[in-house]
Amino acid sequence: MYRKGGVKITIVWTSARKFRIPEAHFLQNLPAFQYLCRQYFIMSDVIAAPLTAKDFATDQEVRWCPGCGDYSILAQVQKVMPTLGIPRENVVIISGIGCSSRFPYYMNTYGMHSIHGRATAIASGLKASRPELSVWIVTGDGDSLSIGGNHTIHLLRRNFDVNVLMFNNQIYGLTKGQYSPTSEENKVTKSTPMGSIDHPFNPLALAMGADASFVARTMDRDPKHLQAMLLRANQHKGASFLEIYQNCNIFNDGAFEIFTEKGSKPVETLFVENGKPLTFGAAGEKGLRLDGFTPKVVDLSEGFSTDDLWVHDETDIYKAQILTRIFDDPRSEGHLPRPFGVFYAKERACYEDMMAMQLEEAKSRKTADLDALLRGKEVWTIG
Amino acid sequence: MIRKEEVLQDVVIKFAGDSGDGMQLTGTQFTNNTALLGADLSTFPDFPAEIRAPQGTLPGVSGFQLRFSSNSIHTPGDECDVLVAMNAAALKVNLGVLKKGGKVIINTDGFDSKNLRLANYAEGDNPLENGSLDSYDVIKMDVTKMTREALKEFTLGMKEKDRAKNMFVLGFLYFMYGRDMKNTEAFLTEKFGRKEDILASNLKALHAGYNYGDTTETFTTTYKVEKARIEAGSYRSIMGNQALAYGLIAASQKSGLPMFLGTYPITPASDILHELSRHKNFGVRTFQAEDEIAAISSAIGASYGGSLGVTTTSGPGMALKAEAMGLAVMLEIPLLIIDVQRGGPSTGLPTKTEQSDLLQAYYGRNGECPMPVLSASTPADCFEAVYEAVRISVQHMTPVIFLSDGYIANGAEPWKFPQSADLSPIHVKFKTDLGHGEEKFQPYLRDEKLVRPWAVPGTPGLEHRIGGIEKQNITGNVSYDPENHQLMVKIREEKINKIADHIPEQKLDSGEEKGKVLVLGWGSTYGAIKSAVNELQEDGLSVSHAHLRYLRPFPRNLGQILSQFETILVPELNNGQLIKILRDVYLVDAKSYNKIMGLPMTKTELVEEIRKYC
Repeated sequence: MYRKGGVKITIVWTSARKFRIPEAHFLQNLPAFQYLCRQYFIMSDVIAAPLTAKDFATDQEVRWCPGCGDYSILAQVQKVMPTLGIPRENVVIISGIGCSSRFPYYMNTYGMHSIHGRATAIASGLKASRPELSVWIVTGDGDSLSIGGNHTIHLLRRNFDVNVLMFNNQIYGLTKGQYSPTSEENKVTKSTPMGSIDHPFNPLALAMGADASFVARTMDRDPKHLQAMLLRANQHKGASFLEIYQNCNIFNDGAFEIFTEKGSKPVETLFVENGKPLTFGAAGEKGLRLDGFTPKVVDLSEGFSTDDLWVHDETDIYKAQILTRIFDDPRSEGHLPRPFGVFYAKERACYEDMMAMQLEEAKSRKTADLDALLRGKEVWTIG
Repeated sequence: MIRKEEVLQDVVIKFAGDSGDGMQLTGTQFTNNTALLGADLSTFPDFPAEIRAPQGTLPGVSGFQLRFSSNSIHTPGDECDVLVAMNAAALKVNLGVLKKGGKVIINTDGFDSKNLRLANYAEGDNPLENGSLDSYDVIKMDVTKMTREALKEFTLGMKEKDRAKNMFVLGFLYFMYGRDMKNTEAFLTEKFGRKEDILASNLKALHAGYNYGDTTETFTTTYKVEKARIEAGSYRSIMGNQALAYGLIAASQKSGLPMFLGTYPITPASDILHELSRHKNFGVRTFQAEDEIAAISSAIGASYGGSLGVTTTSGPGMALKAEAMGLAVMLEIPLLIIDVQRGGPSTGLPTKTEQSDLLQAYYGRNGECPMPVLSASTPADCFEAVYEAVRISVQHMTPVIFLSDGYIANGAEPWKFPQSADLSPIHVKFKTDLGHGEEKFQPYLRDEKLVRPWAVPGTPGLEHRIGGIEKQNITGNVSYDPENHQLMVKIREEKINKIADHIPEQKLDSGEEKGKVLVLGWGSTYGAIKSAVNELQEDGLSVSHAHLRYLRPFPRNLGQILSQFETILVPELNNGQLIKILRDVYLVDAKSYNKIMGLPMTKTELVEEIRKYC
């Protein structure tokens, strides 16, 4: 009853008051305890089974290359999962093909390691038919933006309430080092010995273009921020598109170094927070302000105050698009810092809810009478 | 005026006109009206791929053939008794199928110099005047002029008025066959209820057509076809795609599995989507995906979640779905893949019929990837056959391919519809907890049918991972072990083969169990083969007919049946596909008869072909 697949029980009375009963698994079989629960807690207040990160690990050996950024992402997901209050059996992780797509094997939930590019499409059918499940899509830049690009944009526009974790390493790792749709121009790879002539996608601008209702960016090397973004993605009702910069230390080592390493991180990244001015720099001494539609860097020590800065509003679709367009090559002169955080979050109706509503409406209009259906309106009799 | 009523046994009418002339609607209305009289019937809509090909041209001709009879019939007929030709192109395209001496009803307005030119008649040549119709009974009427005249008090534009031409023709035919018009009046009222002018003008044209026949003294005879001498019971008219949709709904209801259709519009399968989307009250979820791949993938997702996952398509879509079918085979979950076949390859002949996806269904995937294949033989058979396909899919945890085709998808026939209580229940069991002594859920632990358990997300304690990578027997963990791969390939094959123990034995449709010729067919050639074989049997020839619903695995006694005949003749609307498999499985020297013209098989050609072996 109150325990669904967990080994520990947390009883949440209200969101403000939590009673954690450690090692309570023996309790759940006791009729007296069950009775007590029934007496004192309204069912809906009893959320089953926040476990520990360990409970979300499987007995399968994790087989990513040593040093791969995927390890950190897996660890953060396993840490965040127990805090979400979702019974483990209601979590489904669906992946496509690629290094990141091995993810489900390492998560002790329901999971499907499907085919290249189709995780989003499979998740769409699952979520449409089982809205109560917590559906997570784990995909990479090749899986979601190349072979599965079509399904990604359609999932976002339909706004299924799912979480897309897009591991972006700007390379094809599993096939051993070809350029990907997010690889920078001129990149020399196995398939581009003279440098890539493909112009890369800007994944978040693409997501905004597909009318995603939640668009965010984080990185493997910042566990706290990654955890916070996972929580936000889960909290958001609707399709959450979370781009995670992930280092492939074998085929594209250091692709995001400038954003992740201590020395350069403060000036090269801009962590946005809702309602706060856009500042960056080691002491927050720099900021972004909007000059018309153009973002410009200003120095707060040179006569500008935080009042002059662009204040982040996650629900502003116009500014969110400008924010996603801050995508300068960090090697270029006068480039802007790369933003991280929640760019845009605004709820709108979810596909599966509208589908369920149509079904309910149809049922209330007309009972499901199979005989009436088979008989139809025009019948004749022989003999 | 004294008018004679002549009783006929069997009538074939073909309505032909420009694709904007509303011939499909006219034909369907006349069919429904005929059905209510209790005649047996069979229809063959034949339309161009273009929605509106250039008006008046030969490629723009749309036809609807209806046969009705007081006998039991199985085809829409090889030749017509009556041809309605709305324009010169319609006459030119269809005159070949009109019987000598048959009636041809001509809309003279469609034979002006422009229409004649568009129909590629030579300058100055007019079939109405050049004697080419001398051996037919020609009824000329200026439908356009009379329709406009009837609607003169309406304020509608000329274009709107001309759109009611088909109702004038329909009214005239209702007069000719002594019908009342209530069903069409009700249909028009429902369709145009809110557009009063359009409704009134259509009704007016319909009545004007009827009255034209009634008051003009030229038409001295009306015709009647008695109720059919077919099995007693209650009947309705049904089209193949409709029967298929109903079969799926019935299977969903009887299995207790909510249905999810993931699909992408494609001719001639789209009507299944249209039909199912109207029945949400049965808990049917329809999802029009962004492409064929997303369509099947979403159905796999739904099926993984415990729904009855279905995807519908035609040949090109099958090709796109192939990889995902392989995934479903690896996952070993239920899934219905419905292929309403059309002429191929590539875009091929989208609106024409063919049976050329059988080998694709059998073999068209990477790796060793066996799946059951079933087919429907008539429009009404789609119901029962797809119901059976669902049963196999959910009880044997396997994707199933179901083959229909354009001919039965759009064709109609009377259907002695079943009572829901008489439909056999479809038992499905999800795994809900660990069994006695089970420490950990083993997703690929099998029962005696080699079927693995179906454990759906949301079930505590059964969390597990599955995927497209080869998996270890029993545990389902990823495995690259060579011995294990060979074992798994053999198990997946054996699981499908074992289904033969759970389907009925093959029966002969007609004829002796031993003899000279067995005509073995599958799918939509059923009616033509049956009619041809019956005719030859009446002539005393040793011919039998068997028709396959189960194409993979074959019924367990099929080899034994084949061994009883000197010749096995396999007529197919393809270049010889079933015959390849038969030769492979049974080492039998079967003979082919192939027609690859985008057209259904006719009785006449089959009679001629079968005779060669008698």
